[in-house]
Amino acid sequence: MNGPDKRATIPIAAAGSPPKNPVFDVFTTKKDEVVGWARKFSLFPYPFVTACCGMEFMSVSSTIYDTDRFGAALPRFTPRQSDLMMVVGTITHKQAPVLQRIYEQMCEPKWVMAFGVCATSGGFYNNYAVLQGIDKVIPVDIYVPGCPPRPEMVIDAIMQLQERIANEHHVILKGDF
Amino acid sequence: MRDGLVELLDGRLGTTAWLSHGMPVIEIGAGQLPEVVRVLRDELGFDMLLDVTAVDWLGRTPRFEVVWHVFSTRDCQRLRIKTRVPEEASEVDSLVGWYGSAAFMERECHDMFGIRFRGNADLRPILLYEGFVGHPLRKDYDKHHEQPLVPYRDTADRGTQGGPR
Repeated sequence: MNGPDKRATIPIAAAGSPPKNPVFDVFTTKKDEVVGWARKFSLFPYPFVTACCGMEFMSVSSTIYDTDRFGAALPRFTPRQSDLMMVVGTITHKQAPVLQRIYEQMCEPKWVMAFGVCATSGGFYNNYAVLQGIDKVIPVDIYVPGCPPRPEMVIDAIMQLQERIANEHHVILKGDF
Repeated sequence: MRDGLVELLDGRLGTTAWLSHGMPVIEIGAGQLPEVVRVLRDELGFDMLLDVTAVDWLGRTPRFEVVWHVFSTRDCQRLRIKTRVPEEASEVDSLVGWYGSAAFMERECHDMFGIRFRGNADLRPILLYEGFVGHPLRKDYDKHHEQPLVPYRDTADRGTQGGPR
């Protein structure tokens, strides 16, 4: 161990222990990749479904298109257990405080997908009632336009998001892990 | 019954009645409303209120037209009632005493057009939210005017998590 920082460290080999197995060295050089690989296949989506895109969400998450293949199959209906918020449909100004509250209740790390053109930019609803894109209220990681988006577009978005997650550095990975 | 109804309404209510795209329409003065509704519901069998809405004829006086649709489940017959309402006193009688379903629809009409319904004790916003200023379906409401409840994020910050913007 180096330095006084003892937070969130999981020692794999205690200091002064016998030399590491060379196989394990290979593992540790790729640790970001391994953790990223594991994380990208364990997305727990929270479907914030407000409008007709919900039909498309059902289609993309059920048998034929099957987001289970990407590890994003199990919707959690509480924001506290989820890490991907899929905002599916039109968000009105009246709903915006609810959306923000739900987002704040999610634990880090968290990602947001704007599913459909209404969530992305307000779509063709440019009037007194509709929020012109959820990114005015909460940060958005990936935008899927379309009215509604094709299932292939949603899958592509999930794959791009996975790509990003896989290349992220996780905070638990310190020098000694 | 349709053609007969127009003559019947003409004679019975002393109003102007005509057919619009096959639907009988009557236009009445605002003061006649309670009497007309009583006759329609109790004597002619129009026992269901379908809709309360308004039309904003900006530039015309009187500016507003309040429109009700009633339906007779006995005769399977619809009827439209219209009355003109001026901008400065945009107020008509409520129909909650005759049709319970009027309560919510009048709230919506009050939200959207600012028509007040005398006798409806609860005209709180139903589709809009508390604090919304103005009436969005009035023609002089700027269609791009937003009244957000949540302060917007700094736009320079948008997409910092890697989004395409």
